[in-house]
This record gives sequence, structure tokens and C-alpha cells, in this order.
Amino acid sequence: MKQALKRFFDGDLWYSFSHSPIVILSAVVTLLIILAAIFAPWIAPHNPFDLAAIDIMDSNLPPAWNEFDGDIRFLLGTDDQGRDILSTILYGARISLLVGFASVAFSVVLGVGLGLVSGYVGGRTDTFIMRIADVQLSFPAILIALLIDGVARGIFPRELHDELAVYVLIFAIGISGWVQYARTVRGATMVEKGKEYVQAARVIGIRPGTILFRHILPNVTGPVLVIGTIHLALAIITEATLSFLGVGVPPTTPSLGTLIRIGNDYLFSGEWWITIFPGVALILLVLAVNLLGDWLRDALNPKLR
Amino acid sequence: MISFIVKRLLQSVLVMLTVAFVAFALFNYVGDPISNMVGQDTTFAEREQLREQLGLNDPFIVQFGRFVGKAVQGDFGLSYHHKQPVSDLIAERMPATLELSFISALMSLLLGIPLGVYTALHRDSIISKLIMTGSLIGVSLPTFLIGILMILLFGVVWRVLPTFGRGDVVHLGWWSTGLLTESGLKSIIMPAFTLALFQMTLIMRLVRAEMLEILRTDFIKFARARGLPKRSVNYRHALKNTLVPVITITGLQIGSIIAFAIITESVFQWPGMGLLFIQAISDVDIPIMAAYLVMIALFFVVINLIVDVLYFLVDPRLRVDRVSSGR
Repeated sequence: MKQALKRFFDGDLWYSFSHSPIVILSAVVTLLIILAAIFAPWIAPHNPFDLAAIDIMDSNLPPAWNEFDGDIRFLLGTDDQGRDILSTILYGARISLLVGFASVAFSVVLGVGLGLVSGYVGGRTDTFIMRIADVQLSFPAILIALLIDGVARGIFPRELHDELAVYVLIFAIGISGWVQYARTVRGATMVEKGKEYVQAARVIGIRPGTILFRHILPNVTGPVLVIGTIHLALAIITEATLSFLGVGVPPTTPSLGTLIRIGNDYLFSGEWWITIFPGVALILLVLAVNLLGDWLRDALNPKLR
Repeated sequence: MISFIVKRLLQSVLVMLTVAFVAFALFNYVGDPISNMVGQDTTFAEREQLREQLGLNDPFIVQFGRFVGKAVQGDFGLSYHHKQPVSDLIAERMPATLELSFISALMSLLLGIPLGVYTALHRDSIISKLIMTGSLIGVSLPTFLIGILMILLFGVVWRVLPTFGRGDVVHLGWWSTGLLTESGLKSIIMPAFTLALFQMTLIMRLVRAEMLEILRTDFIKFARARGLPKRSVNYRHALKNTLVPVITITGLQIGSIIAFAIITESVFQWPGMGLLFIQAISDVDIPIMAAYLVMIALFFVVINLIVDVLYFLVDPRLRVDRVSSGR
């Protein structure tokens, strides 16, 4: 273990990380937001979902530094229902990150799985899977996610749908993102398939499933990490966009996108803080993750070294 | 050449059939079409009669055939929510979306190409670095947030631009345009810019990369050696050669501009097809969803086809590449 750590800190990856202030800053911001989201119930000044604790009299209060109506209890002001903006942002980031990570995980499992099979089996299976990928790739991801969400609305009754909304979103965003993984992994698998160690494994009679997952999989996962990081930013944006459009997470358990949607109605009456603060949180999160992804791509790309 | 086009055409038809199949499956299996059409007090016998009348008891393949046949003629049935033919609703909304998409495609070209050329020619200047950093932030920002920020600045704080709708429109036959009135022109600025921003950064980065590539080639060096004026080398020789990929990428992006218009239209309450589609999802208005899906697919397929054929006609180098890679 100590050896592994030493190797990591002596390696190129750590070197390029520790010598780029912007990347360190992005990592810190990402980590802070993730921690804040995980520990939201403990660090949030209020519980925005506790109906007994919120008071409609506190609604639409401006941030604390406003000299007229600012209330020291509500640092970033309150929304239309009297919920503390800072607390809703912390809880909202939780849902945004949950949907983001879960849908990326779903895409990875689906994409890597199909890519492995496609690359290893080849022939008709390969053609079939790649044709589907081609068709899907000719549509923007957001459109596919929208459509799946629309279908889910038709299948489930309204009350049930609100409960399932988060899972529907994870499924929709996950489905809309698998193609890139599948293509990358397929290509890598086709290269690995011809190498000696795979032939050796086949000759000594190891089952195809085992060869795929124990032998080939570890050798094709390199690029998946890079795509995954960039995809995470995209998944968070997609979730926020869907929620903003009103087809994502319902207002009862708002994500950052839902909060922005709620606040958007109050923009014209001057209550800008309801929209802008969740918006800033979203921008910070997405920008930090994007910068990390860009760095990772360049750092792991042997061509650029 | 002919065999390539025929192959492409067949592929396109296959894509369209797949999409039509998805749309048809939506139409038939998400919810019960009958209970979506009739009131609560319709008797069971009447429902069965309607079911028979609409041919919902026919075999699957017959129904699918009928769906495709009608779709080809632009008939997607009645909207559950608006109780009007879907084709009318879409025809009514289409000019707004197409106008918005066209203006923003134009904007992204008119801003993106000069910016790309500038950042390529003055690679190390501070302004170029600022532009490049700005474009990274631009890519990271979700479209709807850019729209909201613009509304806050130009609509609420400075009050110089209208924040929703199309303004006054002029009807020219079946086409309605907002480009001929002052309020219409004012209204389109913010939505078009919001929609253009992402494509603009894309085009800018593409032009920059292509320019840098071409400025290194021998024929540019030769042009310089011949003592041609800088302007002529940069614009007549270099820029001209970057434009082929730019035009094709822009063509391919038109489809996604139309799709991304959903978000922009929703932010600015722009009365186009995207807004119709979003409302249809909220209302589970399957006929509109199905029709929109098929239409967007048609846009994509047709544009892809045109771009592919143009590739062949414009750039002889690609012909060799494509044939050798067996596509």
C-alpha cells in the first residue's frame, strides 16, 4: 500500500495535478460541493422539507446583507415558501449529484457491457448494436432523455411518477449517454482481442464471459474514466435542464434545476436571489468538474506528453 | 457515386422507419388511446365501436403500415390536449422555430468565424487567450442559465429588450414572420443569441484549429515565399480552405439547433415547436410527441444526407478516404 502511494505521488499524474493551480482549485471546489451535499442534513442551517419549521411569513426575504429586509437567519434569503435558499441549495446539490453520479454509472455499465460484447463477439451482434448506436447518436442526448421522461409520464400515474421521478431521470439520462462508452470500449476490445494473452486464455479453455470481464475489461477501462468525468458534468447539466423545463425532479424534493425553475417566476418582481444562487452553485459545480475532466484527458493522453 | 447515394438513402429510410416504429409504439402502448380521446361517460360499447372504427383491433403490422402511410402524408391524428390535428398545430408553430434557428445559425457563423480567424492569427495575444477561456466557460454554462442571466440583465435591470414571446408578427400566406416588425426583431435578439452561443464557440474552435493546421502547410509557405500580401495569404488562401469543414459541421449542427431550441423557447416563452413539445410531455400528449419525434428525425436525416453528398461533391480528397475506409 505504501509502495502504491509512493508510486502515485512520484507519477506523472500527481505531478501535472500539483503543478496546475486551476486544477487544484477545481478539485477542491468539487470536493467541497460533494461533501456539503453529503452532509447537508447536518450543516444546513434549516431543514427545508420540515413543513413545521418553515413559515410562510418568511417568504421571499432577500439575502442577509440587504439592509432593509435581510434576516440574519437566512444568509442567502428565502424562496416563495419561506425556505432558506442556502439550505435548499445544499439539499438540491445532493439530488443533482445523486442523479449525476447514478446516471453516469448506469451509462458506464450499459455502454461498457455492450461495447465489450460488440467488440468481442463481432459479426451480426456487433452490427446490430452499432447501428442502434448510430441512430441514437444522430439525436441530441437531451431529446432522448426528454422522450423517455415523457413516456414514463404516460406509463405511470401522476402521484407515482413524482415518487419515481428521480429514478426515471437516472434511467433517461443514463440511456442517452451509453453510446460513447460503447464505441470506445468496442474499439479497444477489438484491439485486445487479437493479443496473445487473450488467445492464451482461450486456448486453456476459459469461458468467454470470464475472458471478457476478468481479462479484457481491466485493459480497456482507461478512457472510460476520462469520458466519465466529462460525462458527469454533462449529466448534471442535463438533469438541471430537464428539471428546469419542468419534466425532471418535482418541486417537493427540488434539485438545483428545480430551484432555478421556481426562482425564474420571481425574476421579474426583483427577487433575483431565488434563481441566481442555485444557478451560481450549478455553474461552480459544472465548471469545476469540466476543468477536472479536461485536465484528466490531457494528463492521461500519451500523445500530449 | 450513385451506389454511395443509394446506400445512404437506404440507411436513411431505415433510420426513419426505426423512429416511426418508436413513435408508433408510443402512440399505441403508452396509455390507452381510446380513453385519451373520449370522455368519462362513454359506454363500453361505444368505446369498442370507436376502437373498431379506428382499426385498433387490427394486427400489429397492419396498424404500423397505416401509421407510416398517414405519417408520410403528414397526418398524425388529433392532439389529446388541444383537440386539433397535430399537423395544423405544428405547421402553426414551425415558422417561429425555423426563424429562431436560422437567425442563431447565422449569428454563430458571423461571430464564430471572425473570432476563430482572429484567435488563430494572433495566437499568443492576450485577447485571444481571453476569448479562448471565455469560450470554455461558455461551453460549461447550461443554455437555460445563460438565457436567465440575459433576461435578468437586459430585461429586468436595464429594460432594453423584451423577455418573452415573438413580438408582433406579419402573416405572409401560411408563414408568419417576426423579422419585419421592430418588436419582432427586438424579441429575437436574446433567444437567438442564447441558442447561438454554444454553436458559436464550437465553430470558433473549429475554425481556429483548421486555420492553425492550414497555416502550417506548404502551399501557404509557398504563397508567403512568393511575397503575396499577408491579407491575401490569410484570407484568400488559408480561410477559404478552412471553410469546407466549417460548412459541413454547421450543416450538421442545424439539426441540433432545432432540438436545443426546446430549451431556449421554454426560457423565453417563444411560441415554437419546442414549447409545444415540452407542453405535450407535461400533458402526456402522445400524438404531438410522436409527430415531433418523426419530424426532428426527418430534419436530421435529410441534413445528414445533404451534408454527405456535399462532402463528395466539394472535397475530392474525402472521396478517396471514404472508399478506402469502406464506408
